[in-house]
Amino acid sequence: MGRSLVGNPSVAPHVTSASPSPTVTPAAPHVTPAADSSAFILPAGWEIVVGLEVHVELNTVTKLFCGCLNIFGSEPNTNVCPVCLGLPGSLPVANRAAIDYAMRLGRALDCQVGRSVFARKNYFYPDMPKNYQISQYDQPTNVNGSLVLTDGSSVGIERVHIEEDTGKITHIGSSGRIHGAMYSLVDYNRAGVPLVEIVSRPQIHSIDQAKACVREIRAILLAVGVSDARMEEGSMRVDANVSVRPVGSCELRTRCEIKNLSSLRSLGRALFYEASRHIQLWESGDAPTQATRHWDEQKGKTVQGRSKEDADDYRYFPDPDLEPLQPSKNQIVSIDRGMPALPEARRQALVQAGHGALSTRDAALLVERGQDGLVMEAIAYGANPEMTVARVVNQLAVDGWANITSKRLAKLITMGAEGKLSLTHVKKVLVEMLKTDAEPEDIVQSQGFYLVDADSTAANVKQVIDSHPEEWERFCKGDDVERKKMTGFLTGQVMRMSKGRADGAAVNRLLQTHAHVRGS
Amino acid sequence: MNLPHQNCPHQKLLSQKLSHQRTALQTAADIASGKMSARAVTEACLARIQAHENEINAFNVVMAQQAIAEADRIDVAVQKGKQMPLFAGIPIALKDNICLRGVPTSCSSKMLEGWCPPYDATVVQLLRQAGAVVIGKTNLDEFAMGSSTENSAFGPTRNPRNTTRVPGGSSGGSAAAVAARFAPLALGSDTGGSVRQPAALCGVVGLKPTYGTVSRYGLVAFASSLDQIGTMAANVADAAALYDVISGHDPMDSTSVERPLISASDRLDEGVDGLKVGVLTELCGDANGSANGISHDVSARVGEAVAALESAGAEVMSVSAPSVTLGLSAYYLIAPAEASSNLARYDGVRYGLRVERKNIEDMNIATRTAGFGPEVKRRIMLGTYALSAGYYDAFYNKALKARTLMSHDFAKVYKKVDMLICPTTPTTAFELGAKTSDPMLMYMNDVCTIPSNLTGHPAVSVPFKTGADGLPVGVQIMGPAFSEPVIFRAAAVIERAASNGSVISG
Repeated sequence: MGRSLVGNPSVAPHVTSASPSPTVTPAAPHVTPAADSSAFILPAGWEIVVGLEVHVELNTVTKLFCGCLNIFGSEPNTNVCPVCLGLPGSLPVANRAAIDYAMRLGRALDCQVGRSVFARKNYFYPDMPKNYQISQYDQPTNVNGSLVLTDGSSVGIERVHIEEDTGKITHIGSSGRIHGAMYSLVDYNRAGVPLVEIVSRPQIHSIDQAKACVREIRAILLAVGVSDARMEEGSMRVDANVSVRPVGSCELRTRCEIKNLSSLRSLGRALFYEASRHIQLWESGDAPTQATRHWDEQKGKTVQGRSKEDADDYRYFPDPDLEPLQPSKNQIVSIDRGMPALPEARRQALVQAGHGALSTRDAALLVERGQDGLVMEAIAYGANPEMTVARVVNQLAVDGWANITSKRLAKLITMGAEGKLSLTHVKKVLVEMLKTDAEPEDIVQSQGFYLVDADSTAANVKQVIDSHPEEWERFCKGDDVERKKMTGFLTGQVMRMSKGRADGAAVNRLLQTHAHVRGS
Repeated sequence: MNLPHQNCPHQKLLSQKLSHQRTALQTAADIASGKMSARAVTEACLARIQAHENEINAFNVVMAQQAIAEADRIDVAVQKGKQMPLFAGIPIALKDNICLRGVPTSCSSKMLEGWCPPYDATVVQLLRQAGAVVIGKTNLDEFAMGSSTENSAFGPTRNPRNTTRVPGGSSGGSAAAVAARFAPLALGSDTGGSVRQPAALCGVVGLKPTYGTVSRYGLVAFASSLDQIGTMAANVADAAALYDVISGHDPMDSTSVERPLISASDRLDEGVDGLKVGVLTELCGDANGSANGISHDVSARVGEAVAALESAGAEVMSVSAPSVTLGLSAYYLIAPAEASSNLARYDGVRYGLRVERKNIEDMNIATRTAGFGPEVKRRIMLGTYALSAGYYDAFYNKALKARTLMSHDFAKVYKKVDMLICPTTPTTAFELGAKTSDPMLMYMNDVCTIPSNLTGHPAVSVPFKTGADGLPVGVQIMGPAFSEPVIFRAAAVIERAASNGSVISG
């Protein structure tokens, strides 16, 4: 286990590291927690109230009510059959795997899973083959759950219900919307893909919390393995119900539902825009009207859709083609038994394994990326926790680290910790490891990354001091800023002489020693 | 003996009482043994169709070539000495709301005119396995909504017994096809009596099976919780055997029940000795007279049928199910509600009729305005209203409660008796046009048949003599869920009694 740095949490490893080399794949921006949170400050005295509706495509092999493949990116209208096309006479048969996935998700969100009924939601739209969507209404599969966020706060989950996705429509014409289109093309490959809709209670009171909520739901979906949860591909879509109220009040004022939020960034911006709009209205003695609004990412504003007053009456009624779902107690017990470790538990386990070397933010990030197992195992192999976390957090992205085994990672980190490899080279070797299936020591060998021996480093330091008297003077006499600047310069010269294979820490120590000797 | 159809131009067509003919089962046995050719049987049917279809209009599509080709395949198989299935070489007519791959399935609606399903209904697959030869698709009230086949977009079907009369509906084409001997067997669909009522009016046997025993996959939906494909034949034995063929669990239909198959035809001749028969007072009247709306001659025939069962050893008693009177109202809320949703898919976007307009809403509206007939529109509006916010509880939910109440009532009754008897229809076949201007009067036709759809129970209509006008009377036997074997036994007794004391002869 990483002995050396245990109990020294003041050093935040990834802060001390130099900017990553350009070949390092940057971590996906949306997983950097609270990166732009400071931008969202609402006028004093106001509080935002948010409820989220998160639509998630389940990654079952087949669709919800037929045997067609549930895959993304096929030629239009190739994964279709009489059932998902809603042809006359066809009938839906519920996919047991999809039901099971939905129940597993429900249990992961701490929901009660009981008898549920499929209902028809009736409205006309050409992307819906039957002009009704099979969904759930007053008896959803999962109810009354809760979501614990990384900051320890919790948000109630009202329900998680199952429904079928619609087809995908492309409007050909100037506007890109149905009105004004010359014609429209419909691809029914997505029609009938299983979706769950996770509906939170309006218990989210900040933009950061809303984003944390989506991140946590995503982490849970990935942990349970029921969805790819990719917002960019649309397998996870977020709608937000937004209202505002004076701080300290418990009322729920008129809300607007914002659709078309395709990233966490959009979510944050849209919530801020919408809340600000509401506050402006209230403050000017006006009031918002309840409506569905679309987020326009380019213009950075929400645009009024249809007002809820003339919204469709969906005429929900139980779908007579489908039997109610009635999970047995045994079924629930076996779902609970098969439940993998969930993000909150994994974060705690990771923090514990790190013996204080991990911030909760790092833990959250690692769990979200699914790298907690890698880190825990590397630490178990004896890697220094701080260094391990620093390298994984900074150099591994969400994907593309399949070559990195915990054993190899531990070997690399240990080489660095034992002073056999400079930090620069640790980083470079890790970059190589991401690309090839080679052991770290082989990469060190083939790239000539071994450290030069201490004697020649000492000789090089001496030579640099002698050949740069002016800089050496400034190093010895200068203030902290000056000394730091000169450290960089002198170290750089030593590194150049040793082709980057000197131990930076050793160079630093030698410079200090020389200065000490000279100064005293 | 009085011929019942002096006015009928089809005396030749109906010169034999149907049940006196050989059964389709016997014909199939002759085909299988090589005594008869399947081709000859099919050609005989096609010849009758050619001769009389103009007057009857039973079919939307006659599949002459396909049927002959199929019959020839059967004959070849027989010649090769293959073991032949139950109905090998027997022509069958399919109601035109049952999907047959590649053959137009219009539901007698302009909306689906010319639409060819790319798949076969489950029952079609089962019929093929049984060797039956599909001879055509029969006319119906548009989307099975009606009781006279006058709501067809392609003209009404006429009753072969008397062409001034309706054949009943909505499976009027199927009933007429069997009555006119265009095909010995037919399938219909029964949502509120659409198999039994036309069977009664045309003088054939019609079964509405227990909900869930026959797959609905490939039956174009009208009201999904009530729809059930049913069998029609000239005699009880064929109707029962056909039910055995098409029933069974289907994984493609979630409402299909999984239970061991019990043949409805194996014990057909065991009679009713010792069985308890309830005479339903709400629909049969009591000592004080006929029930409301049921004609005297129909009531009288039912009384005779009861006597026939009693003399065959059944124990007869009067029973009551008070909620049965709620049936009609509940039905005309539940069925339209489901229909309003089921028929939403006909929007001009993917298949069937499209009336071009500049935008999608206008196109949807123009298409549905042009594609649906008045009765279909009426029911879509009724159903949409019944499901609307603010009216759901008052209408749809209340109808569901009535339905539950009725199920409880019938469950109680079936603790006392094995089956119930009542008329299938309040009257014999009425004149074309007699009820078209008054939907409520037309709806009243279904008063006796609707309860079985609401409870999901089976019921069979068997012809029993004629009414004062010489037209056939249908007697209905209802039973609890899965009692097809029992109600068919009673139907067989009534059928024998009808031919023994025959009022019709050749």
